[in-house]
Amino acid sequence: MLRYIIKRIFEAIPVLFIVATVSFFLMKMMPGGPFDTEKVTTPEIKLAIEKQYGLNQPIWKQYIDYMGHLARGDLGPSFKYAGWTVNELLAGAFPVSLELGCYALAFALVVGMVAGIIASLRKNTASDYVPMSLATLGICLPTFVTGPLLILLFGICLHWYNTSGWYLPSDRVLPSITLGLYYTAYISRLTRGGMLEILNQDFIRTARAKGATEWRIVWKHALRGGVLSVVSFLGPAVAGIITGSLVVETIFQIPGLGRFFIMAGFNRDYTMVMGTVLFFAALTIFANLVVDILQVWLNPKLRFE
Amino acid sequence: MSAEFPNVTQHTSEVEVGQSLWQDAWHRLRQNKMAVAGAIFVLLLAIASFLAPIIAPHSYDQTNLAIGATPPSWNHLFGTDVLGRDLFSRTLYGGRISLSVGLVATAVSVIIGVLYGSISGYVGGRVDVVMMRIVDILYSLPFVIFVILLMVIFGRNIYLLFGAIGAVEWLDMARIVRGQVMSLKKQEFVEAAVALGLRKRRIILRHMIPNVLGIVIIYSTLIVPSVMLLEAFLSFLGFGVQPPMSSWGTLINDGAKSMEEYPWLLIFPSLFFAITLFSLNFVGDGLRDALDVRASKD
Amino acid sequence: MQFEFSHLSRRRFIRGLGAMAALSALPGCGRQTPVDVGDREEIINIGNGSEPQDLDPHLITGQTDHYVVMSLMEGLVSEDPVDLHPIPGAAESWDLSPDQKVYTFHLRKNGRWTNDDPVTATDFLESFKRILTLSLGSEYSYMHWVVRNARAYNEGKLKNFDEVGYKVLDDLTFQVTLANPTPYFLSLINNDAWYPVPMKVLRKYGDPYLRGNRWTHPGHFVGNGPFALSKWRVNDVVAVKKSPTYWDRENVRLNGINFYPIESDDTEERAFRSGQLHATYTLPLAKIDYYKEHYPELLHINAFLGCYFYKFNVTKAPLTDKRVRQALTMSIDREAIVKTVTRGGQLPAYNLVPPGTAGYTCRTLVKEDVAAAKRLLAEAGYPDGKGMPTIELLYNTLEAHRTIAEAIQQMWKSKLGIEVRLVNQEWKVYLDAQRTLDYQICRASWIGDYVDPDTFLNMWLKDGGNNETGWSNPEYDRLIDEASRTANPKQRLEVFQKAEAILMDELPILPIYFYTSTRAIRPEVKGWYPTILDRHPYKFVYLEKKAK
Repeated sequence: MLRYIIKRIFEAIPVLFIVATVSFFLMKMMPGGPFDTEKVTTPEIKLAIEKQYGLNQPIWKQYIDYMGHLARGDLGPSFKYAGWTVNELLAGAFPVSLELGCYALAFALVVGMVAGIIASLRKNTASDYVPMSLATLGICLPTFVTGPLLILLFGICLHWYNTSGWYLPSDRVLPSITLGLYYTAYISRLTRGGMLEILNQDFIRTARAKGATEWRIVWKHALRGGVLSVVSFLGPAVAGIITGSLVVETIFQIPGLGRFFIMAGFNRDYTMVMGTVLFFAALTIFANLVVDILQVWLNPKLRFE
Repeated sequence: MSAEFPNVTQHTSEVEVGQSLWQDAWHRLRQNKMAVAGAIFVLLLAIASFLAPIIAPHSYDQTNLAIGATPPSWNHLFGTDVLGRDLFSRTLYGGRISLSVGLVATAVSVIIGVLYGSISGYVGGRVDVVMMRIVDILYSLPFVIFVILLMVIFGRNIYLLFGAIGAVEWLDMARIVRGQVMSLKKQEFVEAAVALGLRKRRIILRHMIPNVLGIVIIYSTLIVPSVMLLEAFLSFLGFGVQPPMSSWGTLINDGAKSMEEYPWLLIFPSLFFAITLFSLNFVGDGLRDALDVRASKD
Repeated sequence: MQFEFSHLSRRRFIRGLGAMAALSALPGCGRQTPVDVGDREEIINIGNGSEPQDLDPHLITGQTDHYVVMSLMEGLVSEDPVDLHPIPGAAESWDLSPDQKVYTFHLRKNGRWTNDDPVTATDFLESFKRILTLSLGSEYSYMHWVVRNARAYNEGKLKNFDEVGYKVLDDLTFQVTLANPTPYFLSLINNDAWYPVPMKVLRKYGDPYLRGNRWTHPGHFVGNGPFALSKWRVNDVVAVKKSPTYWDRENVRLNGINFYPIESDDTEERAFRSGQLHATYTLPLAKIDYYKEHYPELLHINAFLGCYFYKFNVTKAPLTDKRVRQALTMSIDREAIVKTVTRGGQLPAYNLVPPGTAGYTCRTLVKEDVAAAKRLLAEAGYPDGKGMPTIELLYNTLEAHRTIAEAIQQMWKSKLGIEVRLVNQEWKVYLDAQRTLDYQICRASWIGDYVDPDTFLNMWLKDGGNNETGWSNPEYDRLIDEASRTANPKQRLEVFQKAEAILMDELPILPIYFYTSTRAIRPEVKGWYPTILDRHPYKFVYLEKKAK
């Protein structure tokens, strides 16, 4: 197992390198720069600013400089938020996004799996359609609709929660639900599908014939199928959840990572773009590793090579 | 003769005609009421949308600043938006964009994803490792930059919109299919096929893919809404639908901004959006159930 | 107090402000809203639009950045809260020479930085040297170019800073020598570029002449203004507390200010409604009518020194023809746009400089006349729009810009018969397109840096960096230059009249409306007056305590 993990880490390094390189050059191809403003400055001043960030040098030199810094773990200063470094900004926002992501995921897993399990057991009845439909609402209504709706109901009308901010423990509730609803749909459908794959097999019929309780059937056999599908999906999804959602963060004014991820490109904040890309890549690789291990553990047939 | 064997005649007149797997599936699908209802609804909606130039009561871009946003009335079934444009017509026209983008982009991503994932999962070994790392790399590349560059290089083009969306969505599908294929690989029927000497390509196409169809269909029904909303985001950025043309996604985007003042601007497009997705989901579930080879035949 | 799901509950909530006791009986809470806490502790919560890029006055470029920095720093002069006219700031008085070129500022004896160092004339000299140093690349250094030789030094042409028009006469006397008499000089210097910076602190945390200096971080920041930086969490809050060393601290009533960088106007409005903010930065378009009708006492709409207009790229046919530009300008209905689309009480604009700017109101106005427009278009060779190629209208991604563009697109189509294609680009690409003149018509706006017509009119000089239309007119350039040398204010404004008349005839731009600032502000906020630059000097603001 340990050797497998080390092997995967070694495989990750070329991946990160390629991601960094491709992103770097793609990014430089974009028109417009970080210091273009509506009120135009003189060419001398623009050059003075660019010199400070090394932007006046040939691209290959900028690339080498950047990779050199990267090797030392220095992601550089943010071009947009001139007072801060990328490391500081990401480090400050990561715990927030991690927390939000965990709650959202917990919500999605609990609600989604329960809905999926019930639906698969009562296939094609009302107990199937209703939970599935409710779960699907999560994708049908985008977060910029569900978020404000939840805020209007619970924040403004009922006054149970603050409408925005990330200060009190109760501030976590509405954003987590809003973000989680989206994944609930995925998880419930995948769970239902995965469980049906198993439930329809002959050995289940045999188990039922032998008098096994429904609960035992679900827990010992069918759930594995449901969980397997969910786990394959979760790998990449976790990276997405943790790196946050710009929309949820904007609606609830949460100082998370999502904002940096999307806005960096629009701001031409080169260092932030690279920082977020690499962070995301590293997170995805890690999540995939965990998922692959989980998959092997859940499905003994895969224990192999 | 019938006296000695009373049941024979009955049996011979009711010879069971063998059904192929597909006919079986079709039969089961037809019996699933929700799936049928869903399919009919989507079909009707598609027809209505594509006939929009003929059946829409107003044009989608005629502004009327004198009246501004008004609630539903006989003249304007869904009300009007801030510029006085008829929402019903805009929703109908919007359907064309959303449905085409949704279905085409999803189809593209499914085809690429399934092929890629099955090959990677089945062949395994080094090939699998490289293919999956490529997926990891593509997954990590910043999407926003990719979109901006496409816009700059190719200009505004709705077909490019399909391309951009498809290019992003196939990655998840590939991963999921690979996972499925890897677990299927170990099953007896595959070992049998290998033992029989079937070539890899045949095994993948004829045996692997039909067995992953279930999960592929389910995941596809999840991709469609994601694609439609991605289209809304891209159109909002200027890459995709050009104003005054709109899609459901952009209508929902706009409606959300004034959901308290002019709720109809949000309700109607969202309703269409949601019901279409529900229908697709029922169809998808029905298809999955119908195609499940292990489902009992009773 | 029971809360129902209806409009009524909101109205009752707002009205129930005075009854704090009743509020704390809310079911499920018992907690006080942030506004309640703020009212009690005299700390005001203000929505501030977007996260500040930095807090270094010489490096910031945005309005929201300024709103924070103006609490932390004080320039030679300060602003009156009611009409922003210059009042004593770090300088308690000043003298003007007879030729109107030399200002001598007398600094106060008790001026202190937050680290208790005295504020001296040398501080100002070194600060100004810093902002004019080319290596720093300050984008607002041009605000100093009215000073003798400042521009030359800033551009690296002059090496000796001593030749720039700044002089330290003694510790508390600072002299500024201008290149020309500049009547608006005192309002000009109420700007971040003219704030001092604590050079000693800058030297401690990095190179003062380069970016990336860490002096603005909480714990390091030192300022000379009414408030001191106490907390700065990115995308979360910038909190400032009353400065114990400020010379006028006796008269500063607020104990602190919390600036919340809420980007989404919907989120900000909801925060205001639920008692998290005392004042918002803006208000969503869709909500303006609602507030007008139900909470007019909370709604503050005021004229703002800015103009929203379209630029014409006069180098590309058919816009090379003045008549086409005039036709396009005369055939839109500005009243309709302002009433139905923007709804924020904006004024339709028939010229560029907002009326009443420093006593200047343009006399040459654009007329809206569809018949005349059609005639002009026909004269130009496109009767009823026939033969006119499709024109592209560029705007940057924002719902409001799109809605206005769609409305205008329809107006041109129905009244002139011409086809316009809307092109939406994201911000940087949009800026790039303007810079490289890669557009036909594009949306633009200009917010005045200081209260004088000059800030709107000096853009259109030939090769002016912000011109970006390809238009120029030698007579116009001559008039603007003449204005900069005219000492008599009345005569100067007359020169501007002539210049703007040329602009309104040749129309390289299409004025649409004058901005307003739209905020929601709670009734307990006092000392907050409507000003043309939407600036509200915080030392005069306070929260009126309610009788319990």
